Amino acid sequence: MSRNEYVPFLSEILDVIKHTEIEYTFRMAYDGEVKPGQFFEVSVPKYGEAPISVSGIGEGFADLTIRRVGKVTNEVFELYKGDKLFLRGPYGNGFDIEEYKGKELVVIAGGTGVSPVRGVIEYFAKRSDERKNMTLVAGFKSEDDILFRDDFQFWRQNMDVILTLDNGEETKDHKIGLVTKYIPDLILEDVNTAVAIVVGPPAMMRFSVKGLLERGFKEENIWISQERKMCCGLGKCGHCKIGNQYVCLDGPVFNYTVGKTLID
Amino acid sequence: MGYVLEKEGMNQVLSNLSENYLIYAPKLYVGGGRLSDTDCVRYGEVNRIDEIVFDRKSEFSFKEVLTPITQTLFYYTEDTVKEADGPKKGAVIFLRSCDLHAVKRLDDMYLSNGPVDSYYERIREKVKFVLMGCSSAYDNCFCVDMGTNISENYDMSIDCSDNNYRVDCKSVEFKSLLKANAIREEEVSPAYVKETSTHVHIPENLSAEVATSSIWREYDSRCIGCGRCNFVCPTCTCFTMQDLFYTDNGKVGERRRVWASCMVDGYTEVAGGGCYRQKYGDRMRFKVLHKVLDYKERNGYHMCVGCGRCDDICPEYISFSTCINKLESAMEEVSSNES
Repeated sequence: MSRNEYVPFLSEILDVIKHTEIEYTFRMAYDGEVKPGQFFEVSVPKYGEAPISVSGIGEGFADLTIRRVGKVTNEVFELYKGDKLFLRGPYGNGFDIEEYKGKELVVIAGGTGVSPVRGVIEYFAKRSDERKNMTLVAGFKSEDDILFRDDFQFWRQNMDVILTLDNGEETKDHKIGLVTKYIPDLILEDVNTAVAIVVGPPAMMRFSVKGLLERGFKEENIWISQERKMCCGLGKCGHCKIGNQYVCLDGPVFNYTVGKTLID
Repeated sequence: MGYVLEKEGMNQVLSNLSENYLIYAPKLYVGGGRLSDTDCVRYGEVNRIDEIVFDRKSEFSFKEVLTPITQTLFYYTEDTVKEADGPKKGAVIFLRSCDLHAVKRLDDMYLSNGPVDSYYERIREKVKFVLMGCSSAYDNCFCVDMGTNISENYDMSIDCSDNNYRVDCKSVEFKSLLKANAIREEEVSPAYVKETSTHVHIPENLSAEVATSSIWREYDSRCIGCGRCNFVCPTCTCFTMQDLFYTDNGKVGERRRVWASCMVDGYTEVAGGGCYRQKYGDRMRFKVLHKVLDYKERNGYHMCVGCGRCDDICPEYISFSTCINKLESAMEEVSSNES
């Protein structure tokens, strides 16, 4: 008899880090292996399950950055440090750090799209000798929507960071405009070997990839991460299927050579 | 080896089987049709052979035996979770060749695509299949073109004529039971469909590019997104998780999965209101291409088994087989747009 994959386990909330009014990071007790870009099915009995990507990984914990936008996440926001949540996972392929080692790396992230890729940014922020030049372009709606403020301080010391807001006034900390505005001016040593990760809302990903291709990036050097309704995370429920790919099994991280073939 | 049984003998066989198995077969629900004064043939439990409808196609498939419409996965009480019990008895399912081919698709989805689904596995291990021979095709059937008209992997087969039942048996378990109730033994091979009036042709060069064709726009207005085509399909497997709690005690409840349909609103909705494929034509394209293109890219053979139930059930008279036959010109349209 095979293992029952649907039964969740209980995990304690070790800490709650508040970023904005509607975006908190819940630090969950977790001891297994997990990669950035993977996701957990978080469940609150009575309200259901929601797929949430891993935004941080450490000894004995996995961070889940959750935006309060639906039935399940509303309930999660009622919980405090010391409370427990049901989890299943981690699911999905996640980012493979090996693909980016020793290379020039550009990360373009929009809004909560920073969460799945945060683990990759952290890894290379701490290990600048394992990569060449690195640039992070992160976009948020406004000053109030910025996530991981403290991290940005640390990242700035270790890589080129362009933090940009859709609205507001330009300051020394951030610029104004969409992330795509900054792609033409990226300083690159060799566009033929540079790799890029793009994560965010569908339109932002589409136009960012377009910008990168126009700069001369090779399709096989671009990775994207897709967000879909993953009910089961096990390749069964069908909701996340696009073409011949299941976002929960084959993704959510796709090389652009595959990602470009996916038509919803 | 084959056996010929009379009605009494066959009923005795079913009676003995029912000790260890629930027997599911297409049966007639008088007045159970979708319009007043119409009947419905669908799957249900049977005890006697004459309850089984041999001369009509069932409107729904057998799949609800393996994947119930609603299935409780587990119960929760505060911090504990208890898995729902599985069925105690096994199941014997009477089904036609197209449906037996559909079982392979369900197996691949639930046992191979990602981790094994233990709820499916626990019932699947206890199921035996009885192939009902088809001497001719029904309306909208196109099994021959899909290569699903012949099946070999049955436990028993059954063909009915003049109140005699001709049974082939491949399962060692059932041989002595059949022998004891047969009037004679002889070679039996189940009837199969050799020709259908509906034909389909899936173009060799079919690719996901066909998504940009204008053929899908017809379905934007014709389709009403009711999802009946998915629910009658023996190969559709999608489901949605659903939590419910008991009104007497809000801390106790259960998680279920219920059949879902890629044609129905809400299927792709993500938290915050985002959704994909809002147009019905795009949903039609998603479904059709899963059945005759991208499932094959993943598994090496087509998902559709050609039972034609989707054509039978559609309240808007949309024909899936007609849509398949438009794909060739759609591919021509797409490639001429490119050049």
